[in-house]
This record gives sequence, structure tokens and C-alpha cells, in this order.
Amino acid sequence: MASTIHERPKLERRPSGNGGPRGMVPAGGLPRTLQKYAPPPASTGIWVILASIGMTFAALTSALVVRKGGAPDWHHFTLPSILYLNTLILLASSVTLEFARKRVAAFMAARRIGLANPVHWLYSTLGLGLAFVAGQYIAWRQLSAQGLYLATNPSSSFFYVFTAAHAFHLIGGVGGMVRVITKLNNASLRRTTLDAASRYWHFMDVLWVYLLLLLWMKL
Amino acid sequence: MHDTAHTAHQAPASFIRKHVFSLDHKVIGKQYYGLAFVAVLVGMVLSWLMRIHLGWTNYAIPGLHLLSANGAPGNVMTPEYYLQLMTMHATIMVFFVLTTAPFAAFGNYFLPIQVGAEDMPFPRFNMMSFWVTLTAFLALIASFFVSDGPTLGGWTQYVPLSAVGAVGGPGEGAGVVLWATSIAIFCVGQLLGSLNFITTTLDMRTKGLSLWRLPLSTWGWFITSIMGLTAFAVLMPACILLILDHVAGTSFFVPSNTIINDQLQPHTGGSTLLWQHLFWFFGHPEVYIAIVPGMGIVSHVLITNMRRPMLSHRTLVYSFGALAVLSYMVYGHHMFVSGMNPVSSIAFSFPTLIITIPSTIVVLIWLGSLYGAKLRINSASLFSLGFISMFISGGVSGFFLAQPSLDIMLHATYFVVGHFHMVMGVAAMFGIFAGTYFWFPKMYGRMMNETLGKIHFWITFVGAYCIFMPFHYLGLAGNVRRYQAFVVDYMQPLIPVHRFITVAALVTGCAQLIFVYNLFYSRFQGEVAPANPWEATSLEWSTPSSPPPFDNFGGKLPVVYHDPYQYGVEGSNGDYVMQDSPEQIESARDEA
Repeated sequence: MASTIHERPKLERRPSGNGGPRGMVPAGGLPRTLQKYAPPPASTGIWVILASIGMTFAALTSALVVRKGGAPDWHHFTLPSILYLNTLILLASSVTLEFARKRVAAFMAARRIGLANPVHWLYSTLGLGLAFVAGQYIAWRQLSAQGLYLATNPSSSFFYVFTAAHAFHLIGGVGGMVRVITKLNNASLRRTTLDAASRYWHFMDVLWVYLLLLLWMKL
Repeated sequence: MHDTAHTAHQAPASFIRKHVFSLDHKVIGKQYYGLAFVAVLVGMVLSWLMRIHLGWTNYAIPGLHLLSANGAPGNVMTPEYYLQLMTMHATIMVFFVLTTAPFAAFGNYFLPIQVGAEDMPFPRFNMMSFWVTLTAFLALIASFFVSDGPTLGGWTQYVPLSAVGAVGGPGEGAGVVLWATSIAIFCVGQLLGSLNFITTTLDMRTKGLSLWRLPLSTWGWFITSIMGLTAFAVLMPACILLILDHVAGTSFFVPSNTIINDQLQPHTGGSTLLWQHLFWFFGHPEVYIAIVPGMGIVSHVLITNMRRPMLSHRTLVYSFGALAVLSYMVYGHHMFVSGMNPVSSIAFSFPTLIITIPSTIVVLIWLGSLYGAKLRINSASLFSLGFISMFISGGVSGFFLAQPSLDIMLHATYFVVGHFHMVMGVAAMFGIFAGTYFWFPKMYGRMMNETLGKIHFWITFVGAYCIFMPFHYLGLAGNVRRYQAFVVDYMQPLIPVHRFITVAALVTGCAQLIFVYNLFYSRFQGEVAPANPWEATSLEWSTPSSPPPFDNFGGKLPVVYHDPYQYGVEGSNGDYVMQDSPEQIESARDEA
């Protein structure tokens, strides 16, 4: 690559990048143009966070596989059936979130002409998320009623670790959703905040489906 | 304004916001440096205590009982206390010095400036990452003050000993819980840091600064942050599982029928190898997390002082990347003697030998670039040369250890201690020193004293060889490691070597006081630094002042026109052209 250029760098998008996304618009450009062309770091950052969470659950998955592989003490148990209901609740929360996302864009763009605030879809998402966590709590209570506690058996240990870790991360998503709702009500919501929170929420959804399959197959 | 205005913060007004809970990446970088500074002093004193004990086992170290009355009755440390100090030395050095200083401290301070940004995109996460890391350090140090002291399990905390509680020995109760909690918290801090480093590099680069125009130091931090993201994300759940085994009675790691101190443990069916797999999947990348930032810093410093770019900028970057990728495939070489399937040993041995290829390429590029260069000799360039020397000397023994048949013989000996101290510990420390001497003028606006710097270098360089080269000899002679005294017949004749090492360690350690003095004296009384004292080209030397203002470039962002290392050209300032200088270059180098 030639090391020296003799004129100002070109500013259009190039596959190899040219000074990062915000280098692609003129410095004095309109904010609208900038918003269009400059994906802010939150867009990248959320993928970084999801990669890190994915790595954590991959590590726990490998721990489960290794621990089960060499264990004569592994006792299988039937997953509490409420988990399947919880799964439906969480999937529904993703659907309501997508409804919200579509309407928020229109609402933020045309607020003055009196579109209804779509915040109720976000409240639905939030409520369904909290219902999921409550459902997981019921699942733990059902297991403990059967005498299956954290230390009872490696299979129950992994069940509690996986579900608790997922619920912990989901509560992080609930925090994000509260932030989105607050900002929407203040009319200060940015598209990227909503997108980042949505990606996180959907990831929690997909992650849970993966965990359910894993637990269903392995426990 | 566009999105950077959303993420950049305002100039801090109060003392607390300016110096304590600061959002400014430069202040956070200095806070990390300060933490590493305190940590390295603690770690060094611990190593002195261990070395004195190894040289003169029954010598009463005045005041040692103040640290622990049980651990050092009559000021002579017990065997268990020796192991406790060893564990703390290693944990403090690996996590709070070798990770914190070259990566978190210098990376925080200089990565945003070198990419031409006014700050990291998530300043609150950045601030949190430091305070979380500090909390982790305090949790670790707190274990000195619990009833039976810190854990004695080694920085690897091998199970089952570390998972069974107080029955495992002094420090295996609360000490382990504090250790694992500290490390889990540390992981959170580093994940937050990595998030900022990655997004800063990808999204905050200023106009004209393509990835290939990033300085090598930035590449080092960027690649390290990707490693950190994946490695610490594995160590954290591992620590949580360890804590659960410890306090909740689960059996992730402790096998059935484990008897410790004549007591049958209640756990069943756990896998000891599982912990080792999880730990070393983090542990080996951690070696590169410690060294790759140093490689970047040293390359950056050397290029500036050679006044010409490296033979191949891109090959260096690709090699850094190859080290990062391969570091995940080689981790099993720490487990050759663990009882792992021998076929796995061969499988891990092969990539371990492969990883020597990018390492060798990096070294050859450094040496080839240095060949015939009219290197400007100063403290920073000397420490960079020292880094290369240590990396080669320590790296060569890695060839031996990579082979299971040899490692079985050498694994539990001082050969390994010599190897990792040189290639990872001392080399990374030299990278920190090089970075400090090089960037101090930018961080504080004053020059460090060069004479003191050179004296510091030569004593440290010779001293480090005197300490760590004999370790290899000791290892080949069969001197086992982790022993607090050498009472076996065949090890008795080796004690004079240990005494020599102890004296060298004390002298070399004391020589660091020269550095400490230089650091503090120069901070307040040093010669005022010119804007660009090393005649360097990268963006950190384009800020309007030293130290830079809170938004780095005084309200406007630079535009980059050139590759990072335009030396040996005819520029208006001399033999170099700054990255953000719009001037044309007649005798352009076709390098990167």
C-alpha cells in the first residue's frame, strides 16, 4: 500500500474503512446526514457485549459437557414444565419489542402530527420480561419442592447456574428497557439506544432457547 | 452535532470529578498506572521475602511477624506462609501489574489519542472498569488480613485443594473465596475496558485514519482487547463455579472420595481437569494479554528512535493477530503433566511449536529493522532493546517446554520459573518502562532524567539476567519449584546459586528506587518538555498541549493524511512528517 497520499482522503464508504464510520461524512455535515451514515459506537459495542456473554455461556456449556462426560453421579431429572410457558412468554416479549421498534421510528420522526406514543408496546415487553423472570423463580421453587437444590446433584447445579446466569443477564436487559422507556417519554430516545437494547433483548431470547434445548438434552 | 458529541463528556469542574471519579480516559489511564505502581511494589516486596527465605531459610526477617503472627512465628516464615506469599506475588503481578499497566494504563491513556478521538465512547463504563479493578485489588489484599491469611494454592488455584475450604490448609477458606471473588470482579473490569478499547478503535478513528494507518501500539492494544474479551469471559464463570464448590457444596471440580488432611470430602464426581481447562483457556491468552501491548509499545518506541519504519508494518500486525488466535489453541501445554490424555498433549504441543513462528517473525522484523539503523540511544529505546533481549532469552526455553517429553522432566522445576519470568514478566516490565520513559513528557509535560534512566536500565537489565538466567540452570539440575527450602541432598549444592539470585533480586529491586525517584522528581522538577521531544509522527504528539486538554485536541479533531511512521523523509520539520500534516512527501516510503 502506498504510504503517502497527496490529497485529502475520500470520504465515501469503502470496505476497508477509511477512518472509521464518522470519517465518512464531512466534518460540517448536517446532523441528519451524520445520523444516517455514522453508526455510533453503541452499535458495535452491543455486539462486543454479546460476544462476551456468548463466550461466558460457551464456557459454561463446555463445563457441563466435560462434567457430565466423566460423571457416574449424574442424575437426570425432568425440567419443570413451566419453563415451556416461560419460553413462550419470552418469545412474545421479542414480538412486542419489534412492534414497538417499528412504531417508535415513526413516532419519533412525526411526533408533531399526533401519532400515539408506542410506549405501551415497550411496557408489554418489560412486563413479559419480568413475567419470565418470575416464571423462572417458580421453576426454581418447583425444583426445590422436589428436593433438588443447587448442590443436590451436578445436573441440578448446572440447571441453577445456567438459569440464574441467564436471568441475571435478562435483568440487565430489563434495566436497558427501563432506560429506553424513560428516554422515549422524555422524547430524547436515540435510535441506536433502542436498537442496542433490542439486540440485547433478542439475544437473551435466542440464548434462552439454546439453553432450554441444552438443558432438555443434557439434564 | 454528530454522535461523538453524545459520547464525549464536558470538562470536569469539581476535584472529585476531575481526579477521582473522572470520565476522562487520560485520568483513568493514570489511575490504572498508579494501581499497577502500588501493586508492583507489593509484589516486589513479596518476592524479596521469598528470595531471602530461599537463600537463608532460617533467617528471621525483622518485622515479618507483623504481616502474619501465625505465618511467621519468630519472624521466620512457615512453609505454608511461603506458599501464601508466592500465590499473592503471582496473582498481584499477573493481574494487577502485567495486565493493568501495559494494557489498561497506557492503552487507556493513548489509544483514544492515537486514533484521534476526544475520549472513549463509553466513559462511564471506562470509569467503572477502573473502580471495579481497584475493588478487585482491595479484595485480594484483604485476604492478608483474614484469620489464616491469603490462599496458598498458587495463582492457578488448582482444584481440589482450592475448592474444599479451610481443610485444605491455611488460606484455603476465606482466602480462596476472596481470591476468586477478586478475580471474578477483575474480569468484569477488564471486559468493560475491552468493550471501550474495541469500539474506540473501530468507531472513533478520526477522518483519514484507516486501520492500516494505526500505530503499532494501537494495534497491540486493540488485538489485546479482543483477547481480553474472550479470555476474561471464560475465567469469570470458572471463578463463580469455584466459589460455588467452595461455599455452596456443589461438586463441579472435586472428585469423589477425595481425602484431604485425613478427612473424606463430601463432594462427588467433580472433574479436576475441568478447572484446569477453564483456567488455562484464559491463562494462556493472558500471557499474550501481558506481552502483546508491550510488543506494540516497543515497536512504536523503536521506530521513532530508528527514524525509519519496521521492515514490514503489516507483517507485524498479522503476527500479533496470529499470536492472539493461536494463544487459544496452545493452552493445553500447561497441562502436559496433569494426567490429561497423552494424545491431547501431542495435539497441544503442535500449535505450541507453531506459535513460535509468529513470535520469531516479530523478533526477526525487529532485528532486521534495527540492523544498520542509527538508533537514538535513550532510556526508552534501551528498555525496548532490553524487551527484545528478554523476549528472545525467555522465548528460547519455550521451545524445550513445548515438547511433552521434555516438559515432563522440566515442568516442576525452576526452568519453567526462569522461562515465564523472562518472556512474560521481565519483558512486559521492560515494555512498561519503555512506555513510561517515552510517554512521560506527554503525560506530564516534563522530561524524565535520561542519565538516571540509563543507570536504571543497565542495573535492571544486568540484574534481571543475574536473577532469571540461573533459574534455567537450577531447573536443569532438578531444582523443584514451589519448595520453601531445599533440604534434599542433591539440592544442597544449589543453595549458593539461590543466594546469588537473592542478592541480585535485592540489588535489582533497590535499583527500581532510581526509577521511582526519577518518576516523582521529574513529575514536579523535570525539564519542561517540548511539544514533540522525540520528533515522533503519531497523533499523541499533535495535541495542543502536554498533557493534552480534557478533549485531547482542543475542540477540533485531527485529519490524518499519512501512514503512522513517516520517518526518513524530507518534511518541513526535519526527517519526519506527522500523521496529521497535510504536506506532501517527496521521497515517500512504500511501507505499510
